[in-house]
Amino acid sequence: MPKSRKFKNALLKFFMYLSTGITFSILLLIIGYILFKGLPGLNIKMLTTQTSYIDKNIGILPNILNTLYIIFVSMLFAVPLGIGAAVYLTEYAKCKPLVKAISFAIETLMGIPSIIYGLVGMLFFTSIMGLKQGILAGGLTLTVMIIPTIVTTTKESLAAVPNSLREGSLALGSGKWHMIKTVVLPNAKNGIITGCVLAVGRITGESAALLFTAGFGLKLVGFIKALQSSSATLTVALYIYASEQGEFNIAFTIALILVAITFIINTVCYALGNKIGKKNK
Amino acid sequence: MQNLKSNPSFITIGENAKMINTAQKEGLKKENVLSLAKSSKTIEAKNLCLWYKNFNALKNININIGEKQVVALIGPSGCGKSTFLRTLNRMNDTVEGCKITGEVLFEGKNIYSSSVSAPEIRAKIGMVFQKANPFPMSIYDNIAYGPRIQGIHSKQVLNELVETSLKSAALWDETKDRLKKSALGLSGGQQQRLCIARALAIKPQVLLMDEATSALDPISTGKIEELILQLKKDYTIVTVTHNMQQAARISDKTAFFLLGELIEYNDTDIIFSNPENAKTKDYITGRFG
Repeated sequence: MPKSRKFKNALLKFFMYLSTGITFSILLLIIGYILFKGLPGLNIKMLTTQTSYIDKNIGILPNILNTLYIIFVSMLFAVPLGIGAAVYLTEYAKCKPLVKAISFAIETLMGIPSIIYGLVGMLFFTSIMGLKQGILAGGLTLTVMIIPTIVTTTKESLAAVPNSLREGSLALGSGKWHMIKTVVLPNAKNGIITGCVLAVGRITGESAALLFTAGFGLKLVGFIKALQSSSATLTVALYIYASEQGEFNIAFTIALILVAITFIINTVCYALGNKIGKKNK
Repeated sequence: MQNLKSNPSFITIGENAKMINTAQKEGLKKENVLSLAKSSKTIEAKNLCLWYKNFNALKNININIGEKQVVALIGPSGCGKSTFLRTLNRMNDTVEGCKITGEVLFEGKNIYSSSVSAPEIRAKIGMVFQKANPFPMSIYDNIAYGPRIQGIHSKQVLNELVETSLKSAALWDETKDRLKKSALGLSGGQQQRLCIARALAIKPQVLLMDEATSALDPISTGKIEELILQLKKDYTIVTVTHNMQQAARISDKTAFFLLGELIEYNDTDIIFSNPENAKTKDYITGRFG
């Protein structure tokens, strides 16, 4: 018996190693391939200029900026709204069935394909509200799309704050909001930051929802003008160059930049979180 | 003192009786004496009932806790003693489905009347919990948390408050060099004393302790018991305990709860030597519970 068990153990261990190995090598392969195809096309000129058909130049500076603009606009609205909703649901809401219904709805929203957000965003923000295609309409659409992510992760981390801390704060005579501000939110900070990083990741990688709302513009305009004029983010630009113009090398360079941006934003967010954490300790 | 107690018109007890006694010696009139008794900082529960949804957790509790006394609440688990303790600073407000009838009078006012806010009451009636619950911030900020709520932001005042509170909780010597370090680095016993110091920093008149030593080792427990005896000079202390010896050691009066009812309330000596009620006797001699 021990022999067969040993064999079973070894077999299982082998499969464990194998699945880890396969997952890891797929990741390596993708990053390697992107580096291999993207690096040769990467140069300063491309990163600092805009595309011009007259000069026969391809530059992606506007797209890099548009991506950052859209992250800024969506997070500007989504972070306070999402955290506020989560705080209400966990700390204030008294009616349990309502909370359950809302939570269920939010979780359902998380699973909806982003193109549907794009469609609804186009109808609501551009047709009904009369915004022009651009960063603002796109950013608001993505706000709607990432709020569920932020609400869900914030809610979970708020619920993980021990009740004894809440009681301790109340017993010292603090009001409810003061308790939330000084004890609950600081303790839920890590979870909230994780939610925001996830949200930024979704924004950076989003293309479908932006096709209808932010548009395809490749021109370099200032932030204020970009809000209301067609502006392609990096992912949309990648789609344009790859599918409409067949410029696959440029598409891969863009992919490389996307990976780099995601990496940088994640690192910065966690570093920021740690800094805030140290301040509180 | 003895004949005062037997006089039915003097229902207040302990320190009040002493005050009345001294007041009478000073030749004050009876009305003045009575008003003196009323204005003093006793806690009085009148016909207090509490329900958790349909469960009747407290049944018609009437009790009077005198100023600067240590009152121990004893009884088997689930008898309502912690629940009762939490009604005294309105901590049960946070429990869903909790309903309270009757009155809790403090400084002559019902703390459940609509004109009184819960935070205001909790600033006057501090609480220490069973499990130490320091906030994940520095020792200093833990102590300064309560005063800051009261609007005290002057560094000098806060420094002083932190020092005196930690000294009162016998924690100053151990922490004076690490005030800016996280409170979570303290040992369990130190954390509980920190929580006591934190409660003292808001200068409450009453301190409620909910089995504050049950999670501690004997030495830490000893320190906190000693602390209670010292704090008694300035504070009224109500403590819930499962440790009968502890109740006998530290309290002036003991209340025995059973199934949501207050069975007996008397001087600790009497409860432990010659209880009136047979159930009390059974409990303290260890026949049940």
